[in-house]
Amino acid sequence: MNIVTPDFGLIFWQVVIFLIVLLLLRSFAWKPILSSLKERESSIEGALRMADQAKLEMQQLQAGNEKLLAEARMERDRILKEATAMSTQLVELAKTRATEEGSRMIAQAREAIQNEKNAALAEVKNTAAQLSIDIAERILRRELTDQPAQQQLVDSYLKEVKLN
Amino acid sequence: MKRLLFALLCLFSLTARASEPVATTADATEAEGFQPGEMILHHIGDSHEWHWFSLGEDHYTTYLPVLAYRAGHGVSAFSSRELAEGKTYDGLKLEHEHLVSEDGAKVYDFSITKNVASLILSAAVLLLVFTAVARGYAKRGTEAPRGIQSFFEPIIVFVRDEVAKKSIGPKYERYMPYLLTVFFFIWFNNLMGLMPGGANLTGNIAVTMTLAIITLLITLFSSNKNYWAHIFATPGVPKALLPIMIPVELIGVFVKPFSLMVRLFANITAGHIVTLSFIALIFIFRNIGVAPVTLAFGLFIFFLELLVAILQAYIFTLLTAMYIGGAVEEHHDADYQMGGGDGATPAQVH
Repeated sequence: MNIVTPDFGLIFWQVVIFLIVLLLLRSFAWKPILSSLKERESSIEGALRMADQAKLEMQQLQAGNEKLLAEARMERDRILKEATAMSTQLVELAKTRATEEGSRMIAQAREAIQNEKNAALAEVKNTAAQLSIDIAERILRRELTDQPAQQQLVDSYLKEVKLN
Repeated sequence: MKRLLFALLCLFSLTARASEPVATTADATEAEGFQPGEMILHHIGDSHEWHWFSLGEDHYTTYLPVLAYRAGHGVSAFSSRELAEGKTYDGLKLEHEHLVSEDGAKVYDFSITKNVASLILSAAVLLLVFTAVARGYAKRGTEAPRGIQSFFEPIIVFVRDEVAKKSIGPKYERYMPYLLTVFFFIWFNNLMGLMPGGANLTGNIAVTMTLAIITLLITLFSSNKNYWAHIFATPGVPKALLPIMIPVELIGVFVKPFSLMVRLFANITAGHIVTLSFIALIFIFRNIGVAPVTLAFGLFIFFLELLVAILQAYIFTLLTAMYIGGAVEEHHDADYQMGGGDGATPAQVH
């Protein structure tokens, strides 16, 4: 057999066997292999994409958290400020009220004192007048009897009078 | 660019090796008794029995079935033992390993020759190996590959991504079974041919011709309008040149598979011839001292052949994919084929 002359029998067998191998391998090897490969590649790709997405979501979540935190902080600051303002206002109010009350009470006290004083003074005046009248009456009664004794009497009466 | 380089590489390697056997056959006439040329041709050729080795006068041979059909005589089927050493059986005998009828009638020889036996064996190996790989996928699903599956997966993925996807484009999936089968068929048979006692199947022109014709048929049956437009009205060529261009393009259609056929045949056969020539040198020089040198060279060639085995499988598959790609591509990426466009740098002219 010359090496460059194709041999009819071998061509025949080659066609038959190669086609059988091709068909068998196609349905029993290449198709399942290639589809599994594709499936695996797509599953890996899907997993990678999901990981990316999860990362993104994580970041978003974190950003959201930070925003929430910042908002909460601002809220706290605002509440604190308001509370401080309110408390100072309250203190101010209390102070003014206290001052008012104090001054009102002082004024009342003063008024009362004034009244008392006036009453006392009036009483003193009355008493003094009463005394003067009594003294004058007694003097008048004594005068009728004895001159020196009258003088003496006036002195003693004056001693008795205790102006408080 | 890479592909072009490969194509050049394999052309060079082809011519370099093809020149070898000429020298050895010239040497053959000098040696008496031992005929290296005959020995080599016997080894790379087909035969009706599987001769393993001989010890002195004892031949260790597996006799294979002979199947022949003659018009008017019908089918003859018998063991090739009956034809050993020039014997005649059922009106048939072997003349230079060629089955002839004594009465001169035409013989259609369907014998299970050494190559056919090797072909059946390789078919069985291919089926066993790749159904085992497929079982791995069925068992493990989308998990990481293991064992034999993990050995073949990168190669399958390589053929898919680097050969089919890049050369054929989006329609690659239809052609994957053929590309993978042809790749592993050639590779496995190249390796089996390198084994001691193995047959030179992929170095047989009938086998490479069949593969090339299948590639041609697939190319022609999957060709679209652009493919034929490129042949009968090549874009950018003046009308006056068409009478020259059309025959050139038509010849190109057939030259492509022809080059596939010759490249694989010549590379593998040449590799066998060179290896055998180095071994034959020992007997030509009739000196054991030559043996270390020739064995070293033979070993070198053997390792080279291991590389060539996968390289030729790759080149055959790649070129097949490129021809198919040329036939199915849509208008825009019209200039990839053959010219050495590497996919990354699309089309010039137009």
